[in-house]
Amino acid sequence: MRILREVTSLKSFRIATLVVAALFLVGLPLFSGEFISYLMLTFFAYGITVVGFNLLFGYTGLLSFGHALFMTVGAYTAAFLTSTFSVHYMEIILVVAVIVASILAALIGAICVRYIKIYFAMLTLAFGMLLYTFLLKFYYLTGGDEGMRVLRPYLLGFNFSEIPKMQFLTGSYYLYTFVLLAILTFIMWKIVSSPFGLCLKAIRDNPEKAEYLGVSVRKYRWYAFVISGAYAAIGGALLAPAIGQVDPGLTYWTHSGTLVFMTLLGGFENFFGPLIGGIVYIFLQDKVMSLTAYWRFIFGGILAFIVIAAPGGIAGLVSSLVRRRKS
Amino acid sequence: METILNILFSGVFNASTLFLVAAGLQVVFGVQKVFNLACGSFYALGAYVGITVVKGLVAGGFPTPLFIVPLIAAGLLLGFIGPIFERGLIKFVYDRDETFQLLLTFAIVMMIEDIIKFIWGTSPQTTGGVDMVYGQLKVLGTTVPVYNLIVIACSFVIAILIGYILLNTKFGRIIRATADKKEMSEALGINMTMVYIKVFTLGTILGTLGGALVIPATAAVSEMGVELIVLAFAVVVIGGLGSMKGALVGALIVGVLKSIAISTFPELEMLTIYMIVIVVLVIKPQGLFGSGRV
Repeated sequence: MRILREVTSLKSFRIATLVVAALFLVGLPLFSGEFISYLMLTFFAYGITVVGFNLLFGYTGLLSFGHALFMTVGAYTAAFLTSTFSVHYMEIILVVAVIVASILAALIGAICVRYIKIYFAMLTLAFGMLLYTFLLKFYYLTGGDEGMRVLRPYLLGFNFSEIPKMQFLTGSYYLYTFVLLAILTFIMWKIVSSPFGLCLKAIRDNPEKAEYLGVSVRKYRWYAFVISGAYAAIGGALLAPAIGQVDPGLTYWTHSGTLVFMTLLGGFENFFGPLIGGIVYIFLQDKVMSLTAYWRFIFGGILAFIVIAAPGGIAGLVSSLVRRRKS
Repeated sequence: METILNILFSGVFNASTLFLVAAGLQVVFGVQKVFNLACGSFYALGAYVGITVVKGLVAGGFPTPLFIVPLIAAGLLLGFIGPIFERGLIKFVYDRDETFQLLLTFAIVMMIEDIIKFIWGTSPQTTGGVDMVYGQLKVLGTTVPVYNLIVIACSFVIAILIGYILLNTKFGRIIRATADKKEMSEALGINMTMVYIKVFTLGTILGTLGGALVIPATAAVSEMGVELIVLAFAVVVIGGLGSMKGALVGALIVGVLKSIAISTFPELEMLTIYMIVIVVLVIKPQGLFGSGRV
């Protein structure tokens, strides 16, 4: 037992675990049904979003209740480029989505980061709803509540339009999205373990002290806001071809709530928590929806339970179990 | 002139129910410091229960013109589900970060939405036009449903009542003291648990009553709770968090603006409201009448 414990604490062991998990996910479409792979694909897109979201929520301590706004920006970028401008290259879509979302996040963030806690949450909520009403009311531009169609993108310059839809989504598109998730998660890992990431944590724990030590609190919060906005845009741009149709509901405040829910479910104090939360949320939602139409009631109950009894989420529960066994 | 009057009238009608829900939000935020997203859901519950009560009674031979009496009674009684949520869930997070409080009320929103779907289904419901028994009134060339006037009057009376309670009764003084300095009022021997229960019940009643009152004039849909809470949110931000005066003025601003926008530029309906919310938050985050530190 002791050897096992020592092995699990090794860095190389952790890396090996990640590699095994990655290989498993890459190979998943080969032995699982198309539907499972499709759910996995949506998880990859949400995963990128919540990994970025947690930089703001878990690491900087700012709760955004309008983060789906940036996801929507990414998704509508994909819709506009493919349907209106006939630009099909996924790489261009991603770059444009990141640029648009970063500019928006820089502007919105400059206003929002002047506040914290409930005022920050309210401002971000208001911005999210502002985009919602814009998309809904300017229907000649955005298709209103019908939304817009998202055509199949080219990946790395290859045109996959000959392949059946599900085969494309669970094949090449699946891999493409997964690789992006892996890269972006790795970059986020580098960000949070860099001096910049440590500054953010210092700001979360004690902003006055951080300011006193020479960290420009507002500027760093703003950086975190822009980075997490860009992540959400990539997540949204990748989600759009998977769902095939984007609509204003993506930026409704309850969808932002879903992102917070995922992060909290997995555990915002853990780096991989949001990913765990995302995967559990998506598969649990699918399972519960197939059992009952009233999945929101059950999910509300789960959220209430987490908030009251397990604020550390799944990751927090697991690590407290491990700790208890050790002592 | 006619159109202006029409706009003004429907704006004030919007404002009257908005005020009730926003007041519920304010009183709970003022005392418990919890931003209760579930206020909108209480409003939706009030509306659905109102429909069931009115329909049931009218079908059972209850004199139609008197339907407003059981409707108000239903709204008031329903408010007593408040303590269930307060004791069952919210009380656990009073000492926690605002983030978690907000998320807990979000969880309640999700649950109530499905409770409504479970009991009443997903198709829109109405009271079948019982409000028309009061007829319409011609004022300066425009026709106004009398029922809407009654709703406005009710809301007005409630606003005065709240003001009276807060300023002139012992309970009101306790509420104001607690909102101001919680530790001090507790040290002076006030039973905080009871204050919290009462205040939350009051907040819930304002929501359910608002829903019950408005429903004969509109239709109930299961999303009405999440839709209304963002409006009520706009109201309290514009008026100032925790301020009753702010709730009143904010509701009038949002209500009238909404009806102006609908009749002139329908595309800009909610857009203008969120723009104002953002402008207010940026320029004067404590709102028009708020006193809280930001």
